[in-house]
Amino acid sequence: MKMTVNRKLIEVPDSMKERKLVEYLREELDLTGVKNACEMKSCGACAVLVNNKSFRICNAYVKDVENCELLTIEGMENEDGTLHPLQQAFIDFGAMQCGFCTPGMVLTAHAFLLGNSEPTREQIRKALQSNICRCTGYQQIIDAVEAASVFYRK
Amino acid sequence: MKKDNPKAWRNDAYAKVTGRARYTDDVKFPFMLHAVPVYSDFVSAKIVSIDTSDAEKSEGVVKVLTHKDVAGTNRFGQIIKDFRIFAEDRIFYNGDVIALVVADTRANAVKAAGLVKLEAKAIPSILDPEKALEPDCPLVHEEHGSNIINEHRVRRGNIEDGFKNSGLILEEVFQTQFVEHAYMEPEAAICNPRHDGVIEVYASMQHPFSTRRFVNAVLGGRLADVEVISTPMGGGFGGKDDTVSIVAARTALAAKLTGKPVKCSYAREWSIRESYKRHPYRIYYKMGFTKDGKIKAVKTKIIADGGAYCSVTPWVTWRSTVQCCGPYQVENVHCDTYGVYTNNVVTGAMRGFGSPQMNFVVESMIDIAASKLGINPIEIRRKNMVRQGSITITGQKLDNHKVAMEETLNTVLDEFDYESKFKKCSFGKSDADELYGVGLAMSYRGMSLGAEGTDFNSAIINVQPDGSILLETGIHENGQGSESAMCLILARELGVSLDRIRYRRPSTSNIPDGGTTVASRGTVMGGGAVVLAVKKLKEKIAEFINKHHGSAEENAVFKDDEIICGKDKYKFDDVISSMYRNQEYPHVFGVFRGPKVTWNEENGQGDAYFSWTYGCQAIELTVNRKSGKVKLLNAVAAHDAGKAANVQMTLGQFYGGMAMGIGYGLHEEVKMKDGVITNTNFNSYRLPRSTDLPEMKAVIIENPDPNSPSGAKGIGEPTNELMAPAISNAIFNATGKRYFKLPIKVEVSGEEDLNQ
Repeated sequence: MKMTVNRKLIEVPDSMKERKLVEYLREELDLTGVKNACEMKSCGACAVLVNNKSFRICNAYVKDVENCELLTIEGMENEDGTLHPLQQAFIDFGAMQCGFCTPGMVLTAHAFLLGNSEPTREQIRKALQSNICRCTGYQQIIDAVEAASVFYRK
Repeated sequence: MKKDNPKAWRNDAYAKVTGRARYTDDVKFPFMLHAVPVYSDFVSAKIVSIDTSDAEKSEGVVKVLTHKDVAGTNRFGQIIKDFRIFAEDRIFYNGDVIALVVADTRANAVKAAGLVKLEAKAIPSILDPEKALEPDCPLVHEEHGSNIINEHRVRRGNIEDGFKNSGLILEEVFQTQFVEHAYMEPEAAICNPRHDGVIEVYASMQHPFSTRRFVNAVLGGRLADVEVISTPMGGGFGGKDDTVSIVAARTALAAKLTGKPVKCSYAREWSIRESYKRHPYRIYYKMGFTKDGKIKAVKTKIIADGGAYCSVTPWVTWRSTVQCCGPYQVENVHCDTYGVYTNNVVTGAMRGFGSPQMNFVVESMIDIAASKLGINPIEIRRKNMVRQGSITITGQKLDNHKVAMEETLNTVLDEFDYESKFKKCSFGKSDADELYGVGLAMSYRGMSLGAEGTDFNSAIINVQPDGSILLETGIHENGQGSESAMCLILARELGVSLDRIRYRRPSTSNIPDGGTTVASRGTVMGGGAVVLAVKKLKEKIAEFINKHHGSAEENAVFKDDEIICGKDKYKFDDVISSMYRNQEYPHVFGVFRGPKVTWNEENGQGDAYFSWTYGCQAIELTVNRKSGKVKLLNAVAAHDAGKAANVQMTLGQFYGGMAMGIGYGLHEEVKMKDGVITNTNFNSYRLPRSTDLPEMKAVIIENPDPNSPSGAKGIGEPTNELMAPAISNAIFNATGKRYFKLPIKVEVSGEEDLNQ
């Protein structure tokens, strides 16, 4: 089977199709920005973009994303290695502490902003409800997402 | 990294925002094996036999470890050595580990773990700490001779006289819950047996030296034979000490016995089942007031459920004892505190460390008194709060720092517009569906460890020949941004640019034990060591300039990457390069020793902490009369941070602390059924989510602390200890109903509680 991961087309050996997707990304592709924190779709630490929509993939299998386009945190940067404005906003607003939820949080916010580039703070809160952060109280995360939204306006 | 904005600067920001940060479970070693713990179904039992033979034959299994494999000691702990690294002849709680399966893959280890057979005979479990205190109750640990882990007390003034002179006497019983730290990264450890005989340990821990002590005890060697190396850590909140150290110790034993690197990475269910929690307290509180609201006496009995092992229960309950009357002057105090063994899950350190429980009680009582006496809750606080020169309930005079209690209170009142909002509260008398209330709470908090521990820390500054600087301290990066704070303090004190400084994560083998990164002491103690190390470095550099460049000027000024000696100006880089050419190392070691503290166990009197910090928080909410649903609208906090090293990170401590306090007040509870935790993952353990939280406003008050070389005060915990009582007071002001139990479940007839 085939899938695209971070803009790169990948040929997946058949033997991998029955593997957990998180395991495959972390162990075979070394994309360790995908985190395991609950393994039951409750916390969002494993969130990645599948066809531009945010999914908590901890229960998914490799075969579930056949022919899909995946974006992990490792693919968020621009081609030239500079940070995406949303990533930069997370830094500028102090929107991370331990950083364990950060990849899933950035990706969930990214998917959300792709669909709504002029959100209210309440809408941002709703969009991030699927992702748990234990450190920040979300305040600075919401600040960062709100500030970055301008970069999503065409 | 935006270096022109040092207020939001983090040395690990780029790594974290790009997913490059490698946490323990993200690290791999060649030929690494995987370890998985085996639990029993029992809560309290006598073990007859542990049969590992089927597990050993299972696919991929290399070894199955039990207590019989422990070369050193199988019993260890920070205070009482009662933790069983592996269960021996008894099960003391449902999180006891009877064996560790080591296999080629984690999946094979998990499969084999189910094949370990335990034969055991159940013993009636002791789950109520008050029953455990009864004289005829069987003992949890026979060898301890009592179910009382520890006792603390305060005896001050004359309690009988105090109540005799009280026009209002209140007596209430409060109860708090088990709370899970819920760090996003579960426990993980990798141990690598090095060719030189040293066992290398990488783990998600907040005190590498504690981890080293546990590992070394189990291996039975010497401290120098174990090297514990810091890795990025996915949250701690006090919870990444004992349990992860034990996980690391088991893993190290597996590495030593197999001769291979071994990883043990916990599933959330194992983490919540085994790891220690915040202590549930039962608090009997009697308080006497004059008719005009002056506190005359406090008598309290505090019972803390210590669970199956001691952990740091004596230290947690000590802080509760010292702070048992909140930030108020009380002349007559009688406090008895007990930490108690039960067969419940272990309890230990968690952000706040014995204060959130007490503040819930004291700040509720003050509001109850205000309501009964018909006094404004702010006025009753002003009447009793500590001020400059006040004497605390343990006899400490508050005169060596600025007492900012009223300053934080006034700041919150202004920011929140408290008085006008207070007038709008429903007080249970409105017909509206949404009842409106505001509530407030305040506290003072002893800084750092206090008389409960040895308080010192060190820093190494190693300037390289090109002027770049390596900095290490004995403080651990838990995610709070301590490394960045240390770098910022160094840049500020040495007058150099931030971009020449690189923080080097120390290992336990190259810097002395600086104590654990707890008690909100990171910036105070580590930052203090950095300041003192910079002082030494400046002296060294100035001396060199005098000697080699003949500047007669005594007071060199370090500023903007230059050193100014009178009329002469030297570039920092040039001086450093010159030092190396002249065989002088710009390398210094700084130590900050916490100022003296005292404590008398007999009467609970002494200068308990070397300084104090002050804080106040308020919340605005509505309660739906029909559903009981609490909606939080706005929250404000003001805390004296002494001097904030990193403004954005300091604010982050405020917001995160408030969020955790909100969880404590309204949502979070580790639920136990007959000693077994029933909510072992995030689908059932209710953590605050973005939609549960209000917009928060944080105000940093800065009164640089003279006892702290960097001026900083600890801020991680004070921010976490006030939201629950503020919410409880706000719910009272909305509904007219007072709650004595956490988390608060708003009672509505015939409806389920929507806050859970």
